[in-house]
Amino acid sequence: MAFSNEQLERYSRHIILKEIGVKGQKRLSQGRVLIIGAGGLGSPAALYLAAAGVGVIGIADADTVDISNLQRQVIHTTPDVGKAKVESARETMEAINPDIKVNAYKTFVSADNILALIADYDFVIDGTDNFAAKFLINDACVIARKPFSHAGIIRFKGQLMTYVPGEGLCYRCVFKNPPPPDAVPTCRQAGVIGAMGGVIGSLQAMEAVKFIAGAGKLLTGSLLTYDALSMEFRKVKLPARRDCAVCGEHPSITKPFDYAAAVCEVL
Amino acid sequence: MKLIIAGVQKEYQDGLTVAELIKVENVETPMYVSVSLNDEFVKSGEYDETVLRDDDVVEFLYFMGGGR
Repeated sequence: MAFSNEQLERYSRHIILKEIGVKGQKRLSQGRVLIIGAGGLGSPAALYLAAAGVGVIGIADADTVDISNLQRQVIHTTPDVGKAKVESARETMEAINPDIKVNAYKTFVSADNILALIADYDFVIDGTDNFAAKFLINDACVIARKPFSHAGIIRFKGQLMTYVPGEGLCYRCVFKNPPPPDAVPTCRQAGVIGAMGGVIGSLQAMEAVKFIAGAGKLLTGSLLTYDALSMEFRKVKLPARRDCAVCGEHPSITKPFDYAAAVCEVL
Repeated sequence: MKLIIAGVQKEYQDGLTVAELIKVENVETPMYVSVSLNDEFVKSGEYDETVLRDDDVVEFLYFMGGGR
């Protein structure tokens, strides 16, 4: 497959990078990324992946666009209020780049659908807003040996880590089990500064692009934390954990399962 | 004794445990924080009995659930 002149022009700022080049851009055009959650994190990730020419982008979310989403979920616009988030996201992505194919899944992830959803993709971006989904995505990606980017944001803080099979620890290694409902505040309860999704979601897109293009080192084995108020980034090296319930030497979790729905914050 | 907490070196009283450090540092959601000590996870049931020593390096890892 050769790029057209228009595509060479469209991706010229990528192609000129020695770490990407024509080869990396071809990989991107053949790459497949699934974004779970079309919200604060998923919006910027989807915009950048579409613009980057990632060949197939899946986006999963059961919600419709609410006016309270627009302060941070930049893929949706005011006329989209009431529309399914995945449709709104698809329209924006296709408007940015007609080269790409968008698969819209109007569903929340669950133990019943997660393995089938992630199976068709090379890399998964966790842009969900609750611990039940975050643990589900982690477990499914570990079990299916699927690289993914985890992230969380709250108030003026955000953090992310990347899981690649065989290259360092998973989300469950660090946090073991979800906290009980309401033990740890959600964005709805505590608020989140809009641009935080832009910072952290863009970093997730960066990891997906690097993974697919084969550029640089990924954020495996470390947690990158960002505090907007002190304007500090820290890359915290994570210790090894051999007894992890899902990625350890003797895993007790061998198939995905759903934590109580009560953990989910319905927005 | 000197401890390095989240990359910052500070002076603390000798004999401090991980549980006491969590209080002194005003850790948010203290029940649900993961603690790394000198590049090893401290088991959540062992915060009371884990005594910190001079030059120990501690990281608090926080749950962050938002995203949508």
